Amino acid sequence: MDKLFPSADLADPVFLGDLRAKMLAYAKLQLPDMDLAEDAVQEALAGALKNAGSFGRRSAYKTWVFSILKNKIADIHRNRMRTQAHESNITELSEEEDVINSLFDERGFWREDERPSGWSRQQEALQNEQFWKVFETCLDGLPGNQSHIFMMREFFEHESKEICTNMGITVNNLHIQLYRSRMRLRECLENRWFTEGDHR
Amino acid sequence: MMNCRQITRLLSDSLEHKLSLKEKIVTRMHIVFCAGCRNFGRQMLILREITRMYVKGKGVDAGKHQE
Repeated sequence: MDKLFPSADLADPVFLGDLRAKMLAYAKLQLPDMDLAEDAVQEALAGALKNAGSFGRRSAYKTWVFSILKNKIADIHRNRMRTQAHESNITELSEEEDVINSLFDERGFWREDERPSGWSRQQEALQNEQFWKVFETCLDGLPGNQSHIFMMREFFEHESKEICTNMGITVNNLHIQLYRSRMRLRECLENRWFTEGDHR
Repeated sequence: MMNCRQITRLLSDSLEHKLSLKEKIVTRMHIVFCAGCRNFGRQMLILREITRMYVKGKGVDAGKHQE
């Protein structure tokens, strides 16, 4: 077990027990069926073990496990919907398009108040505990599928092909999802940290 | 001429695969004149770096960061 959990001691039973309870509470809110919720949590925890060696930070591990759980819950809902409606495609998120459209004018150029600024004192931010909390909040703000895809790509540096097979999406779709995640995260960090002034 | 929306997509894609020569030239030409996209491009690299640090627990003392 030590090798599996190198630096953040993720094998701590108290930590794992607490994590499991939080996940179950969350899953029960999202799923009507208690057994289904238990299964989803179990699968998410088992799935996360594979990559546990990548983590040096407990909260990052937690973020990852929850993204798997959310993805599983979304899958369960999608499968149920499919029996009624035929198609369901994660690219059909017109709401997502609206979020990005609102950053640009009608010709596709940055709106003045949305134009990315130069991020100053960035190295300093990385030493600040508060910054990592903000980062976590921004990650949590990504929609379910999107956050899972983003994490597979950027947490573990998985290859495109692997992610596409895993999620059942095309490469183009993958790139769209990554683009959307990055747009959201960038904006979130800029608004909540880099243009917020002094944080100390 | 490509607009900022198209250029930001290319800048994100450039983290996934090599851009074609044409795409590279178009992007470079654009960011010479557009500070917003220039900043965006830098931020894409920073974002990747930050995300990897987050997972590995670098930056702050990971041992102290328990929850």
